[in-house]
Amino acid sequence: MDLKTLTYLVVGATFALYIGIAIWARASSTREFYVAGTGVHPVANGMATAADWMSAASFISMAGLIAFLGYDASVYLMGWTGGYVLLALLLAPYLRKFGKFTVPEFIGDRFYSKGARLVAVICLIVASITYVIGQMKGVGVAFGRFLEVPFEIGVMVGMGIVFVYAVLGGMKGITYTQIAQYCVLIFAYTVPAIFISFNLTGNPVPQIGLGGTMSDGSGVLLLDKLDQVVTDLGFSAYTMQKGSTLNIFLLTLSLMIGTAGLPHVIVRFFTVPKVSDARVSAGWALVFIAILYTTAPAVGAMARLNLMDTIQTGEVGAADGNLVYEERPQWFRNWETTGLLKFEDKNGDGRIQYYNDKDEAFAAKAATYGWEGNEMVKVDRDIMVLANPEIAQLPNWVIALVAAGGLAAALSTAAGLLLAISSAISHDLLKGMIAPNISEKKELLASRIAMAGAIVVAGYLGMNPPGFAAQVVALAFGLAASSLFPALMMGIFNKRMNREGAIVGMLAGLTSTLVYIFWFKGWFFIPGTEMAANSPDNWIMGISPEAFGAVGALINFLAATAVSKVTTAPPEEIQHLVEDIRVPKGAAVAVDH
Amino acid sequence: MSEQKNGQDYWKANLKLIGFCLTIWFVVSYLFGIILVDQLNAISIGGYQLGFWFAQQGSIYVFVVLIFFYAFRMNKLDRQFDVHEE
Repeated sequence: MDLKTLTYLVVGATFALYIGIAIWARASSTREFYVAGTGVHPVANGMATAADWMSAASFISMAGLIAFLGYDASVYLMGWTGGYVLLALLLAPYLRKFGKFTVPEFIGDRFYSKGARLVAVICLIVASITYVIGQMKGVGVAFGRFLEVPFEIGVMVGMGIVFVYAVLGGMKGITYTQIAQYCVLIFAYTVPAIFISFNLTGNPVPQIGLGGTMSDGSGVLLLDKLDQVVTDLGFSAYTMQKGSTLNIFLLTLSLMIGTAGLPHVIVRFFTVPKVSDARVSAGWALVFIAILYTTAPAVGAMARLNLMDTIQTGEVGAADGNLVYEERPQWFRNWETTGLLKFEDKNGDGRIQYYNDKDEAFAAKAATYGWEGNEMVKVDRDIMVLANPEIAQLPNWVIALVAAGGLAAALSTAAGLLLAISSAISHDLLKGMIAPNISEKKELLASRIAMAGAIVVAGYLGMNPPGFAAQVVALAFGLAASSLFPALMMGIFNKRMNREGAIVGMLAGLTSTLVYIFWFKGWFFIPGTEMAANSPDNWIMGISPEAFGAVGALINFLAATAVSKVTTAPPEEIQHLVEDIRVPKGAAVAVDH
Repeated sequence: MSEQKNGQDYWKANLKLIGFCLTIWFVVSYLFGIILVDQLNAISIGGYQLGFWFAQQGSIYVFVVLIFFYAFRMNKLDRQFDVHEE
């Protein structure tokens, strides 16, 4: 069977599975729609959280980032996992005890203020919409590359699938499809990694293989060899730190507290039956995430080594040391047709020279070999995962599986985000502010309409991405880190924190972070409106816009504490509420309205 | 009154446990993985440089253990202070 038919079959089978689950797990009440009836087993919720969390970026892009950044990519590995420790210790159990449906609802009740709730809704919607655009794009790209259908059709098919199970099943349908999607994506990610690790090091466990010796008989450690190969060609050593320590520190911290503050992740912990389940469920979520996140460094390093070795076949500088272009392997040809790999024979010798021509010392040395510039003019980092099975010469069904895995990662994250958006609209805005007396049946209908609307908007933006789509990460994490996380944490840990402090803190954190991001990336990301070039020389103390969320959070904490000290304490019933959410007792039956 | 006192003691014990866990969280990622990475890289552990291992593998394993440790200890505290769920 040819690859395309096989891919259609595998992807079609997974889609049929998702729809089957959707029909089985229909939501019949708002409790089921928003929080899956709080009946999800903690291990199941952990798995669903992992799928919810790991997006197209984690699945497709992260290993490529690691491959080209080496040690410096550790910020993503630690940042996107360490946040779960904060979530488990500082937020999830208490918000579960509070027992309502949405994150803005907690902020509104705890700070006895519709204004605070509205600020939280706006942060949530902006962060989630920017995030979901990337997922829709990921769906379109995956379809385009593997099934050769036009990008727009791909996005529409993706929208259709999400529509069926998210509108029908709400959180309940999403939870059970996410569990299926996790299984698909983790299988698709680890199988090629196991084969590649075995090929290179003789050890099938990628986490151990990465620290193992090469199986080519040389007895050299894989990471030492990689350092050697890349530095020989003028690149910086793989395991060496390149960025500034302060920036790496703050970027890691921003990603951690941003992760803990993202509403679509927090709300997953509202679905488990008990407070103690919320704690342990965060642990299970991290187990399932860690399987992929500890495999990714191996995939990145091994893919980089394979790529370098494929091109630099012999000694650097020797006349026959480089791959003859006409003899390039099949996967190289395949990815050239997608435009993600590009070769340009600058010195006309018919061989490929791939080296760092930005490094002046090495470029001068290369010139003595007769090299006239780096000839791999484009190596898209995304191909590191996508081309992996082909590079390792794995059977076609594995390649088909990677396509289904990428789609599962994008769809599961999109669904989680869409639920966060639609419940903010139907529950926080409609029920909470505009029409408090609306019946449950009408609210359920409204939430379905909001979901459908959110899907259409997300799909439209996915097809016509605004210029800032690439800046999603900085914005979504910056918002969550600087506004939502501190407000939630102070709401639980500082009994004296009042309405005035929380609102001023959120606005101060939000504004400072937004201004810092816009300063270097343009106001509302409009090109040409930036106030200073986005380069380390201009950043305050070398802090990049992506890393500023942690500083924004600090500003939030300081401003909120200062203001709350000089204004009146929160009313007594609010102080009782805080005491109540601090103890697990009495949460077995979640509070309804 | 005693119930209130019990609640406060429970909360203090919880804060102590959180402080302990977050110290480890900080040490394995920020201290070992970032601040001391160069010094630790002089040591090697099964083919990895130690600092690099903490940054790309070790810290994640410790995070997982930390959450389960916290959940386990909190379940004990819940019972000890009689604030556990039915």
